[in-house]
This record gives sequence, structure tokens and C-alpha cells, in this order.
Amino acid sequence: MWDYTEKVLDHFRNPRNVGRVENPDGTGTVGSLACGDSLTLTFKLDKNNRITDVKFQTFGCASAIASSSALTEMVLGKTIEEAEKITNRDIAQFLGGLPEQKMHCSVMGREALEVAIHNYRTGENMVKDLEEKIVCTCFGVSENEILRVIRENNLTTVEQVTNFCKAGGGCGGCKPDIEELLATVQIERKAVQAKSAASPAKTLTNLQKIKLVQEVMDRDIRPALQRDQGDAELVDMDGDRVIIAFRGMCAGCQTAEITRKDFIEAKLRECVSPTITVEEARP
Amino acid sequence: MSDRLVYLDNNVSTQPAPEVVAAMQPFFTELWGNPSSMHFFGGQVARHVETAREKIAALIHADPSEIVFTSCGTESDNMALNGVAEMAGKNMRVITSRVEHPAVLGACRHLRENGHTVVELAVDGVGQLDIAALREALYGAPCLVSIMWANNETGVIFPIDEIAALVKSMNGIMHTDAVQVFGKLPIDVRRTPVDLLSLSGHKIHAPKGIGALYIRRGTRLKTYLIGGHQEHGRRGGTENVPYIVALGKAAELMQAHMDADATRMAKLRDRLEAGLLKTCPDSRINGDTRHRLPNTSNMSFEFIEGEAILYHLSDLGICASSGSACSSGSLEPSHVIRAMGVPFTAAHGSIRFSLSRYTTDADIDYVLQHMPGIVTKLRAISPFVQKK
Repeated sequence: MWDYTEKVLDHFRNPRNVGRVENPDGTGTVGSLACGDSLTLTFKLDKNNRITDVKFQTFGCASAIASSSALTEMVLGKTIEEAEKITNRDIAQFLGGLPEQKMHCSVMGREALEVAIHNYRTGENMVKDLEEKIVCTCFGVSENEILRVIRENNLTTVEQVTNFCKAGGGCGGCKPDIEELLATVQIERKAVQAKSAASPAKTLTNLQKIKLVQEVMDRDIRPALQRDQGDAELVDMDGDRVIIAFRGMCAGCQTAEITRKDFIEAKLRECVSPTITVEEARP
Repeated sequence: MSDRLVYLDNNVSTQPAPEVVAAMQPFFTELWGNPSSMHFFGGQVARHVETAREKIAALIHADPSEIVFTSCGTESDNMALNGVAEMAGKNMRVITSRVEHPAVLGACRHLRENGHTVVELAVDGVGQLDIAALREALYGAPCLVSIMWANNETGVIFPIDEIAALVKSMNGIMHTDAVQVFGKLPIDVRRTPVDLLSLSGHKIHAPKGIGALYIRRGTRLKTYLIGGHQEHGRRGGTENVPYIVALGKAAELMQAHMDADATRMAKLRDRLEAGLLKTCPDSRINGDTRHRLPNTSNMSFEFIEGEAILYHLSDLGICASSGSACSSGSLEPSHVIRAMGVPFTAAHGSIRFSLSRYTTDADIDYVLQHMPGIVTKLRAISPFVQKK
């Protein structure tokens, strides 16, 4: 079974605001039967542009129903301008979190809201520009949608992108394109970091540097390795040389070398100092 | 959570029979010797291993020397397919179906990556194999064919007698994954010319962690697990004695109960299906109802999604499975349901109920009582239900 929070289960078992609002000011439908989930959101506004009534209809799994129900509670009483600031992460947070493979349910909520608001403003039923480039043809996911979930959720792998917007989850033919989009955003992120002041490492004392390395290891690196039953420990530091030891499935793994260089070193260079080098402890 | 447990997920795993659990006990406490030992203490254990082997052989009318114990059905499938392919060397043709268990499909994909050619045969709308396509695929050099006896998701039974005879007439090697059939329906390898047959313990009320492969005498198979002389050198490693004994006991029980169980389960299953078709509009049965395991029902409930149905059932203590995308852990619905061309409206809402000898009339009543409410509740939320 999925590790759903009590709040997810509560919204699934007792969905709020089910149905369709009569004479709605905005209607948004996303997803389809073929995709395995679909959501129709309708809302009504008062004269101050506040959402006074909102209802949903969802075809989908427990977390799709819960995300839709949560969304209706979140937008009720908000103005259009306030509502359109809601991201998929807000929906997931409202529910106390969603399993990563189910994050696409929260994205579906955000998209339906977006389409409904667009429908209110323009009378059109679709936000998607027909000229827009579709990357994943299995699930009809556009380049812009993929870029958006990567940016908003700080995604770094194709698997994550699939979990968040389904792209790549069918035939898998678009995975190289998703890799490219991830790389594009990665370059953007680097550029932003480069701009934001000089490298913090210059002013770090040795002790601060060690602490920062440990922090990044614990926050960003080890959880990612542990997801694949691996792990790594900080063994020692000598100036910019970081010495680590692989544990669990990483120990003796054929791709540990790639993990060391392309993941651990890259991450520490990004977060601590661009001159960091990572070495594996010699037994 | 409900206090009640209505377990209708027996194609996934079955309750270990109390008789089986009792039969295992002495092998943890008194009879813990190594069957390979040259002393009385180990030797007495070896006899129990051989008795279990005889019981399993008896159930399929094989010779005990043709039974090799493995750790599970997946291992049996891998041992069969890799063993034959490695013996054949390069570029063998492997024929299988699109609806096989992931153990076979995965093993075939592995063979493809290693330079062999793999053909996946299609099935029709009720999940039956295209025999003409098989006949066509068999032309040319001798092939390895792996076709399941009955499907785990739909219960659809393939005409294995006919298929195996066809394969043998073309000098092919025939493997069948009989995990869902072993113990539930008669198997006679004297009549059905399969060379290799996989079976598993935890589908027949033995515990998880034990399976076996039937290897017809004369079938050449590369050693799968290299080690000692155990299992006549075909699978090294000290025997998992308590579980082997459990598999033997479970096979014996299945043999004793087979006819009565099959009749009873089919009656309960048919009552469940008839009741649900009546009380839940826009529902359908998936698969060939004329050739089906007596314990399996796969039904689709249109416009609603399987995982949501399962969670509501689970809240009531009812255990079942679904072929929907979300419950399969992938983003697409079950490969079996899709191969049958079931429309998306129904594929995402497919539910499998699978019964066992422990399923009662009261269990079926309980599902019949609650399922319509769940379907109504979810359809009330669904955007696809047309207002009538």
C-alpha cells in the first residue's frame, strides 16, 4: 500500500465539495480516461472576485481524489489573484505530503485550477497552446509543463519528472528529451547561483566548511543514495579534499565512481565551494 | 479499519494451511540436519526431502528425479529460460505471449539483450492466444517457447496440450509457467508434452520462499546455481528443508481437495460475478469465461479507478487486486488487460478477486453487500458518468 498520510485518507474517504457548480464562472478539465486520471473543477465568484463556491469531479486513484478535494478547500474564499498563486507543492503540503510517485496528482490539481481561471478570463477551455511542443506523446505533456514542474519542484532526474507530470512514463521514448530539459534548467540554476554573490567558501573557516559539507551530505546526498539502498559517509576533510566512504548498495557498486564524481562532487561544488574534490577513502 | 478479513487475493499469495505449518515444525526444532551429511542425523532429513519431491511429482505425474526445488516461481522461470538459452548459445528464437507473468517477460527481455530473438504473441479480446500466429512463428530453426498455462490476472487457461504438441512437432523446447494451475487443476506431463514447468508454493497454501521446476528427462539445461551436488547438480546450495517439506504437504492437500475445491470455488466465484453484474451497472467480466481457473474473477467497473476501489474495499477488510495504473505502481494499466484490448474506460477500473479453499459463502455475501455502495460513491465523484 502507499504510505498515505491520514489527511490524504480523510480527503479520499470523505471528499469535500463534490459535483459541479451551477452556472460556473470558471471551468477547468485536465487529464483523460486514457491517462488514468481526470479532474473537472468549477467555481463561482462573488462581486469582489472571491471564490464563493467550488466543486470537483475526479476520476482517479485515492491521492487524485484527495488532491482535488484539498484543492477545493484551499481556494474557497480566495480571490482569483490569490488562488492562482497556489502551486502543486502547496497542495501536497496541505495534505501533509504525497508519495513521490503520486506527486502528479497534485500537479493535476494545479493545472485544473489554472485552466479554470483561464476559462473565467478568456472563455476558452484550454490553456495549452496548440503550437506548443509536446514532448511526451503517450501522456500529452508539453515542454513548458515539464520545465515548470522541474523548476517549481527542484527536480533533477527523469524518474522524478515522470512522478510529477507522467512524462516519460509510457513508452519512454521521450526520456532523452527530458534529460535535455533537466540539463537546461541545471544551467539556469548554476547561472543564478553564480550571480548570487561570491562563493561562500572564501569566507568559511575550516570548521564551518566541514559543518557545511556534513549538512549537504545529510540533507541532499544521503537521502538520494538511501532511496536506492545505498549510502555514503563523510570520513575526513583536508582543505578542499573531501574523503568519503560508500556504504550499503553503493559499496562495490559498479557505478559508484559516477555517483562520486557526477553527483556527490557536483553537489558539494554547487553548495559549498567550486574547488571541492571528492575522493573515496582507501580501505 | 474493519475487524473483518475477507481475503480474495489468493492469486497473489495464499494462507499457509495449518497442516502445512505443522508439518514444517519438526524441521526447525529436531530434524535440522543437513540432508547431504553422511550420518544418521542428516540422512533422516534427506528422506523427508525425497518424500516431498515424490508428492510434487505425483501431482503432475512426473518422475521425482524430474523435480528441482527452487526458491520461487520467478526463479523456476529464470532457471528454465536462461538454462535453455545458455545451452543453445547465440541467437536462439524465443516465443512467448504478451500476457506472461513479469518473471517470464523480464527473463525474455534479458535474453533479447543477450542477442536472442524474442517474439511476443498477441491475445484476442478474451485473452486467448492466437494459435495460428504461434504456428507461423514456429517455422524455421527450433525455438524455445514459454507460454503460461493460466493467466494470473484473468485466470484464462491456454490450451497447453495443443500448444505443447505443436511446439514438439516442430522440435522446439516447451516451457510453461504453471504457477496458477499447479494444485488447482489436473496436470499430467505424460499427456501434455511440456519439457519444463514452473510451480510455486505460496499459491497453494505453502509459505513464501519455495518453488520447483519440472525438467523432463533429457532436457538439456545449463546449471543455474553453481555449487555443490544438490538437486543432482542442477541447483547447488543446501536444501531449504522446512519449506520443501511444506511444499510437499501442500501439494498432497491440493491433490486430496482438488475436485471438491474447484467445484466449490467456481460456484462461489460465479455467484460473486452474477451478483456484481446485477447490482453494479456498467460492469463486465474480463477474459474467456469458458476457459478459466475456477478461483479467479477479473471484472471492470467503468468510469472509476481501481486503486480507489481497492482502498475502499480495504477499509472494509476486503483484500483484492487491480490492474489499474496506480495500483500497478506504473503509469499504465496492466499489460494483460491492455493486451486484450479492453477499452481504457474499463481497464483502469479492473478488479481481480481470487478465491481459495478457505473462501466462504459469508465472504462472498459481504463483498456483494458492500461493492455496489463503493461503486456508487466513486461514480458520484467521477466526471465521466453520463447523467441519465
